[in-house]
Amino acid sequence: MKSAVLVFPGINRERDMARALRLASGHEPAMIWHAETALPKATDLVVVPGGFSYGDYLRCGAIAARSPVMDAVRAFAADGGLVLGVCNGFQILCESGLLPGVLMRNAKLKFICHDVHLRVERSDTPFTRGYNAGQVIRVPVAHGEGNYEADEETLKRLEGEGRVLYRYCAPDGAIDEGANVNGAAHSIAGIVNERGNVLGMMPHPENHVEDIMGCTDGRGLFAGLVAHLERAA
Amino acid sequence: MKARVTVTLKPGILDPQGKAIEGALKALGVDGVASVRQGKVFDIELSDTDKARAEAALKAAADKLLANTVIENYRVELL
Repeated sequence: MKSAVLVFPGINRERDMARALRLASGHEPAMIWHAETALPKATDLVVVPGGFSYGDYLRCGAIAARSPVMDAVRAFAADGGLVLGVCNGFQILCESGLLPGVLMRNAKLKFICHDVHLRVERSDTPFTRGYNAGQVIRVPVAHGEGNYEADEETLKRLEGEGRVLYRYCAPDGAIDEGANVNGAAHSIAGIVNERGNVLGMMPHPENHVEDIMGCTDGRGLFAGLVAHLERAA
Repeated sequence: MKARVTVTLKPGILDPQGKAIEGALKALGVDGVASVRQGKVFDIELSDTDKARAEAALKAAADKLLANTVIENYRVELL
């Protein structure tokens, strides 16, 4: 799997992401500066990592979404290429129009930084095939603006088309408001675009991939991507 | 030419920051506050002196960047 990790000023999770990608695939990802206008040839996966691009000025992800490299990412996605956005990366994908909706301020206004449980809603996608449908995984969140909102019609479409891949849940998999850490509509933690090749999610699977981290539940996402691409090749 | 673009949340969009400010105003004893919604103001200086062109540029600025029209409305004023 040849991956490219985008780097914007103010991003701070790009090295964690690069490490997780290297562990899963055995290949060093390319780090792509935001001012680039092209992605490396034969890129399989573009990752928009987390952090605070442009200091969250204006709106989270708003300025990064308008950088030159994002035109290349839009073209890559239109061509069917896989794109993964985590945390600020999810915000950037929404702001760039690659995903619908918006990440609002957390309902309780606090920056939250702790482990959460996620229910994997389906396993038949490139982003979830490393898991079983209904499986509960534990990964960290670290965000102040992760409260996913969209209009009723968009939410209805996301649900109807099975595009909610990850949902905040209790340790036993139950979906309830107590486990919905940021107040997101329908407890949404991660969604894909209509074509299913662009995933945005608030939690950080890249931070739970090694034993030393205390948990390896995030590995499945990366292993699934590698397996998907090997099968496609 | 000077201009102002005001960006506000659309009605019905939850505004937890506005709610917190509303609560603080009530706690301060400021009377008669029914509700607060927080928005943004951009004061912009334009090199263009043509009104129509300036308005078009401001509208483009708001649509492309200043507002997220999924959740926000904007208003353009030439001052």
